[in-house]
Amino acid sequence: MSPDLLKLIFGRLGLESLPLHEPIVVGTFVVVALGGATLLAGLTYFRLWGYLWREWFTTVDHKRIGIMYMILGIVMLLRGFADALMMRGQQMLAFNGSEGYLNAHHYDQVFTAHGVIMIFFVAMPLVTGLMNYVVPLQIGARDVSFPFLNNFSFWMTVGGAVLVMASLFIGEFARTGWLAYPPLSNIGYSPDVGVDYYIWALQVAGVGTTLSGINLICTIVKLRCPGMTMMKMPVFTWTSLCTNILIVASFPVLTVVLALLSLDRYVGTNFFTNDFGGSPMMYVNLIWIWGHPEVYILVLPAFGIFSEVTSTFSGKRLFGYTSMVYATVVITILSYLVWLHHFFTMGSGASVNSFFGITTMIISIPTGAKMFNWLFTMYRGRIRYELPMMWTIAFMLTFVLGGMTGVLLAVPPADFVLHNSLFLIAHFHNVIIGGVVFGAFAGINYWFPKAFGFKLDVFWGKLSFWFWVVGFYLAFMPLYVLGLMGVTRRLRVFDDPSLQIWFVIAAIGAGLVFLGILCMLMQFAVSFLKREQLKDVTGDPWDARTLEWATSSPPPDYNFAFTPVVHDNDAWWDMKKRGYQRPLTGFKPIHMPSSTGTGVILAGLATAMGFGLIWYIWWLAAVSFIAMLVVGIGHTFNYHRDFDIPADDVIRTEDARTKLLAGAK
Amino acid sequence: MTVAVNPSQTGEPVFYLADEHPHPEGYSTSLGFWIYLMSDCLIFAMLFAAFGVLGANYAAGPAPKDLFDLDLVAVNTSMLLLSSITYGFAMLTMQQNKIAQTQMWLAITGLFGLAFIGIELTEFAHMIHEGATPQRSAFLSAFFTLVGTHGLHVSCGLIWLVTLMVQVWKFGLIEANRRRLMCLSMFWHFLDVVWIGVFTFVYLLGVLR
Repeated sequence: MSPDLLKLIFGRLGLESLPLHEPIVVGTFVVVALGGATLLAGLTYFRLWGYLWREWFTTVDHKRIGIMYMILGIVMLLRGFADALMMRGQQMLAFNGSEGYLNAHHYDQVFTAHGVIMIFFVAMPLVTGLMNYVVPLQIGARDVSFPFLNNFSFWMTVGGAVLVMASLFIGEFARTGWLAYPPLSNIGYSPDVGVDYYIWALQVAGVGTTLSGINLICTIVKLRCPGMTMMKMPVFTWTSLCTNILIVASFPVLTVVLALLSLDRYVGTNFFTNDFGGSPMMYVNLIWIWGHPEVYILVLPAFGIFSEVTSTFSGKRLFGYTSMVYATVVITILSYLVWLHHFFTMGSGASVNSFFGITTMIISIPTGAKMFNWLFTMYRGRIRYELPMMWTIAFMLTFVLGGMTGVLLAVPPADFVLHNSLFLIAHFHNVIIGGVVFGAFAGINYWFPKAFGFKLDVFWGKLSFWFWVVGFYLAFMPLYVLGLMGVTRRLRVFDDPSLQIWFVIAAIGAGLVFLGILCMLMQFAVSFLKREQLKDVTGDPWDARTLEWATSSPPPDYNFAFTPVVHDNDAWWDMKKRGYQRPLTGFKPIHMPSSTGTGVILAGLATAMGFGLIWYIWWLAAVSFIAMLVVGIGHTFNYHRDFDIPADDVIRTEDARTKLLAGAK
Repeated sequence: MTVAVNPSQTGEPVFYLADEHPHPEGYSTSLGFWIYLMSDCLIFAMLFAAFGVLGANYAAGPAPKDLFDLDLVAVNTSMLLLSSITYGFAMLTMQQNKIAQTQMWLAITGLFGLAFIGIELTEFAHMIHEGATPQRSAFLSAFFTLVGTHGLHVSCGLIWLVTLMVQVWKFGLIEANRRRLMCLSMFWHFLDVVWIGVFTFVYLLGVLR
């Protein structure tokens, strides 16, 4: 075939795009391909495709979508953590003239992919998954406001993840660091597909995130059950509301920044170029106007989880509910006033730096208030050291440490010394792992019995906990030391042999965290095998306080046979105390949204369009785009998106629960 | 929603609704669409900000004074403003359940929108012909992106408008279609407001600069 025709069909995609010369990537590919083929063959052999498609992929049930988000987050955690292990290994070895085992081309992709995956495809799905699962149950709703949109949002997130994963084997990922600052990310310095993978993965996933933010705001504002005023909402719902407001008010900024960067790369405009009047500094400002709220998007739901866990396992009402709510709101607002602290060294001048340094320090006040609220909730409580509570205590210790180094970094003169050093790396891992990851694990251990009807195994859970916590400290405390000694981030080789010991300790820590992850997978497997022993039929295994524990575990499709009426912050606690009797008769048909495959199709087309744009396969991009329009418009011609669960089905489900409950007594 | 949340007449606390009515279809749609519009507004805010930062970086290329034909922009602006008025008429006739008139006003709105896009494209073509391309300077990059994004929104609005006209023609002014027309109405007026900003900050202030 003529080269022109090949170019028309395949764009810049060719055989040389496959990284056949990188043995590590080829090895990974073989393992992933074998694993994937086994999985696909297994699904086909056990005839599970139809079941998965009908019951999971096309579902609009917020609970199942929530679970799928969690699975996505955990799967991507394995990928992101593999990158982390590779970095730790490289930095441990590359001393005394050794080049380590990763070349620069590969190493730079690894640290970029690690950051992008961990934030966008691990932390975000875990947080969104928990919010999706829990919020409608906590507010006594049957589903979210826009169930189809919820399904679509999830698949867009998957689409973004698919593009990032594809970059591992087809072409390469960005070598720019996780925020892809220009001019490095401009076409002149990054002419390959790496940055394009970055852009389109985040754009596709970003659409999903923004829509899911709108969806959950509407759900919380409009679908609360009677009696649940704003100040009677559970704290997790409050933090979710603030998080989703942050999502809607910040992700459009990311969308624009990436769109402008793509215009620079594809069309040759001059937004972030060095010449023709462009301003690379504008990119840095804009992306951090999204980026700083993003860290609060991640950590606020974690704060909510810790609030629920602390009061449940202390057997007490949460201390200072009102101050907790206001602290959350204040953090929400302040998170928009601190973005410049990410680049104090980039020449804004003393006055501007002082302003942003002070606003940054102020954020520690509401956060500190929260910390005291949790401590006072525990004070004189009857504390049960179950797994969620253990993660919460580990969070409190770890996060306070990370918060203090954060306040230290907020002092501009100190930041001039520590900017882009490993001290910074240690700081943000300290707060993200200590806050978000521990929070997600507390949440998983806390709500797992709600989602599946059996508790998670304690032995493997504790093992995982200790490996994680000890591993975390071993991995990141040396980085503080190295940062104070002036070691900067993203280095591939080192000259000073005296530094090596710290990197060896950090690598050992990362190894322990790896064991922690394996133990957690083991915990899931063991719990599944021991599910009869770990079974909970009451729906309320922790003697908890909020509404999600009022229904069965797992909850029926319709969540609540009758919409609850709420009188107190701790609605379920109040119901239990005042002798609530579960209704046994009078069931009615329940109106529910129907499943649809449109979300999967649209997201698949969006992913194909992204792939076409990355590789300059213009026909693919155009065809997918038109197909998206056609499918999207076609979907609006479907006016029958709901159905009624017949009263008989409700009666059958509720009677089964009545029997279970009677058996439990 | 008015529901008795106080203890019932017997003194027993009420913990669930025995007699419940599901939320009407589209119960959250207006709020959701509003929030979407605000997120879209943020997109424009960022583009305005980019224009604010880069708007004077001509890179020794053409400046607004050399490029903008205010008469043409005035005609263009009036097209869009008129389309908003006619959309308002469409909503009024929709309230009175007059399908034919609603469709007529929607069609007129669409024609005004089309005229707006047509004039804008002519303007763009003229500028590019003179060498004032988006690649020429950061000012022109920001200009084409801001105005072009608005134009793209209007084009999407037009596709949406045609879709809705087909749906009204097929299914009548049913509740779902009324809700959709209301959403498009908000969208259309929102684009008008954005255009006022573009007209003021990009064109008028640009020529003054």
